[in-house]
Amino acid sequence: MHLSETVNTGFYFLAPGLVLVPLLGLLINAIFGKNFSEKMVGTVASLASGTAFIISLLLAYSVSINHGHPVSVPFAEWIHIGNLKLDWTFRVDSLSATMMLVVSGVGTLIHIYAIGYMHEDVRFKHEEGRFNRFFIYLNLFIAAMMILVSGDSYLMLFVGWEGVGLCSFLLIGFWYEMDTLARPSWANSNAAKKAFITNRVGDFGFLMAGFLMFWHLGSFQFDEVFKAAPAIAHESPWIIVAITLFMLVGVAGKSAQIPLYIWLPDAMAGPTPVSALIHAATLVTAGVYLVTRSAPLYTLVPQAQYIVAMVGATTALFAATIAVGQYDIKKVLAYSTISQLGFMVAAVGMGAYVAGMFHLITHAFFKALLFLSAGSVILGLERGHHAHAHHTHHDEKPKGKHKKEEHGHHGGHDDHGEVFDPGDMRNMGGLRKTMPVTFWLYMAGTLALAGIFPFAGFWSKDEILLDAKLHFTSIYWQLSIAAFFTAFYMGRQIWMVFFGEARSDAAKHAEESPRVMTVPLMVLAVLSVAGGALNLPFEGFHNLGHWLEYTLGEVHALPLDLGVAGISTLLALLAIFVSWLIYGRNPLKTGQVDPLKKPLGFVFTGMENKWFVDEGYGVLIIKPFKWISQFLADVVDWKFWHDFVHDTVIAGTYNWLSEVALSRYADQKGIDAFFNSWGDFTQWLSGNARKIQNGFVRSYALSVLLGVVLILGYLILK
Amino acid sequence: MVPVEYYITLSAILFSIGALGVLSRRNPLIIFMSIELMLNAANLAFVAFARVYETFSGQIFVFFVIAVAAAEVAVGLALIVEIFKSKKNINIDEMNSLKG
Amino acid sequence: MNSELIVFLVLSLVAIATALGMLLSKNAVYSALFLVLNFVTVAIFYLLLGAPFLAMSQITVYAGAIMVLFLFVIMLLGAENLKPSNSLPWQKPLAILLSVILGVEAIYLLLARSRSALNVTAPDAALNTMDSLRNMAETLFSQFLLPFEVTSILLLVAMVGAIVLSRAEKGAAK
Repeated sequence: MHLSETVNTGFYFLAPGLVLVPLLGLLINAIFGKNFSEKMVGTVASLASGTAFIISLLLAYSVSINHGHPVSVPFAEWIHIGNLKLDWTFRVDSLSATMMLVVSGVGTLIHIYAIGYMHEDVRFKHEEGRFNRFFIYLNLFIAAMMILVSGDSYLMLFVGWEGVGLCSFLLIGFWYEMDTLARPSWANSNAAKKAFITNRVGDFGFLMAGFLMFWHLGSFQFDEVFKAAPAIAHESPWIIVAITLFMLVGVAGKSAQIPLYIWLPDAMAGPTPVSALIHAATLVTAGVYLVTRSAPLYTLVPQAQYIVAMVGATTALFAATIAVGQYDIKKVLAYSTISQLGFMVAAVGMGAYVAGMFHLITHAFFKALLFLSAGSVILGLERGHHAHAHHTHHDEKPKGKHKKEEHGHHGGHDDHGEVFDPGDMRNMGGLRKTMPVTFWLYMAGTLALAGIFPFAGFWSKDEILLDAKLHFTSIYWQLSIAAFFTAFYMGRQIWMVFFGEARSDAAKHAEESPRVMTVPLMVLAVLSVAGGALNLPFEGFHNLGHWLEYTLGEVHALPLDLGVAGISTLLALLAIFVSWLIYGRNPLKTGQVDPLKKPLGFVFTGMENKWFVDEGYGVLIIKPFKWISQFLADVVDWKFWHDFVHDTVIAGTYNWLSEVALSRYADQKGIDAFFNSWGDFTQWLSGNARKIQNGFVRSYALSVLLGVVLILGYLILK
Repeated sequence: MVPVEYYITLSAILFSIGALGVLSRRNPLIIFMSIELMLNAANLAFVAFARVYETFSGQIFVFFVIAVAAAEVAVGLALIVEIFKSKKNINIDEMNSLKG
Repeated sequence: MNSELIVFLVLSLVAIATALGMLLSKNAVYSALFLVLNFVTVAIFYLLLGAPFLAMSQITVYAGAIMVLFLFVIMLLGAENLKPSNSLPWQKPLAILLSVILGVEAIYLLLARSRSALNVTAPDAALNTMDSLRNMAETLFSQFLLPFEVTSILLLVAMVGAIVLSRAEKGAAK
């Protein structure tokens, strides 16, 4: 095939490579990984992800030269039963190309970062052998996410959906036998299970939507569904409402909305690159992608759209309040993610698909940046902790600290006598002096997230707020308040972590991260700053809008509204100022309680404890569930089924039947007696018949005469 | 002119008496004599019919019956004598060793 | 009613009476004598029926030889009187009943099935002469020769049997 031909028609044939190349990468690492050095393993994985990125670029290029015309690339036949045909087909259009670029681009950067991060992390946890496994799982995740975004039907989307759920389980529970502080515990595996189970509830919603869709609309394939939907909506709109609302359940599970967001904060138990890739940039955006892809369905049912938007807005505000009271650096970012996802879901719920996708992209950039920088901070503290341990504990073994097996050993614990938590912001402080690169990177991310002009976050968030103000005022207010809190807690974080004095020895001796970690962050930082260029609200710059128009149809591009933009910027600056007043002006000292605790009282307690939602679930759902299963197992299964039905009823009846009924009555008393009676009768008969032979001749003669008489009588009567 | 029915009746009566004798007497000799009586009754019937049908076959048959009766008596009485020798008693009720 | 009938009735009464006498008498000798009388009566009947040879042979063989033999044995065994004992009390009534029934049935059968009323006439002189004897002899030795010879063998066997039976045991009194 000539290159020119390919260029004209496009590189569509490369589409399967999106999935196959990462799979190949993971296979190579799985089979040969134990013979590779760590750098080699990381390079193979990053190359696999990078190649997927290049393929995405080529596919995006192909879409653009074909004027956005969607192309289906059939790959494999799957289910062919009678008239039912479900196949694996790739779909290359502008929406899926966008997602592919984000996933593979950010993914590749994170792969490179992870080489450095995991190198240190496995050493801190004394499990060098596990390095390999991490990159296998990461590649698997890329492959599954690619299946999700490139599928031509809801069925393939669901395959990817489940696949990324599995990968998130594997990766969250990477350190499955420990908790975050490397103590032996069930905590990490519980977090992984929580993620999987909560996602399963969401999957149930998705499946119900899928079943309804297949039953009433006759297909899973996007084009066919969208073609058949208007007719059904006209006759019985409740079907479409049901489908879209069930999909919302799936979105709530995957994109961490109320009420299924509870897994995401616990998912911070996984290594930081996992948090960045999966729980900031890619997996959680799958829900937003789903709604955007299903835009033709949602536009048919405005009631469902409103519900989606309300769920998103409520989540945004709720999560933002929780983030204010958190002390763990990653937990703040986690709740921030939930909040920002709420923004995105609200956006697509309101019908502002372009705004939602725009925010998805910019959020991928700056949230990944923030998470990875937080990882850098954590490792910096770990390094400081180890350096400090070396200095002050000469006689201890150099690898003393987080040994899993030595419990009662005070092997290298810090002066306070408890286990050191490198993620707790109360142990940090003044890090801008010791980790300057990380500091500036973190600032870039923070400003983008807070929505300060001219960073990327400003443009994307602003577009959402504008759309909200124009159509749904209550949502506008909710989102604005959430934006205020966003800026506030990010400011709080900056003052607590990087400013003031170091509150622990580890922070004092913190070390900067190596280049393999900071370089990818710099790339992300550039994207966070300049990413707004993707869709500036000025005429001629609506690039993303035009791009997505190919898939979504007509898109209303809104011009910049200075009023909305001004208000949002003011709110953000005000929030940062308030945070400076509380946290920046009088920096926290070691062991000092959070200054907001006294004034806000029980409100702050609520924020600190995530409004006791997990505890609520425990009481309302988990306890009754456990009680029910205990009851079913002990009473219904053992007592009733085994003891009663099996032993008493069935076995007892059987025994009774065989011993009493059949053996005693039927056999002994019945059959035996019957046949014995024959014998007895014969004996009786013979006993009596014997009496005829009494030896007396006269009686014999009598009987002869009797016979004669009878015969004569017979002859007479005849 | 005696109707032959009278002879038949007489023969039957004698026969019945003979049968009664066989059954009800305990002395085997009396029993034997009753048997002879029965034979006699039969002979009488034979001769009566021979007369009626004017044939000699009946009479010749009676001749043979008498001969056989004689032979039978001889052997029978010899048996009774033998029994008496062993049992010292000829009450027929005592001879029940064939009792089953 | 003619003389034949009267003779017949008287004789039949005698026959029945003697038969009953034989049956009922306690003394065995008396029974034997009654039976002799019965045989003689029957012999007279034979004469009435025109069978002189049979009448003679009846008296000589039956009354003369057989009954004498009976009397010999009765006297030999001292069986005139037997001790009264009855092991089968139920037998006698039943025997009487059955015999009566037998008699009734026999009479009925023989009378009811007879085809024609037959009469027995008194024998005329021709019957009781030597001619009847000659005719009988002719029939005997021509038509019934085989049974005649067999009967002689039978008598031989009876003789041998009687002798064997009454022979003493080996080693016993010779």
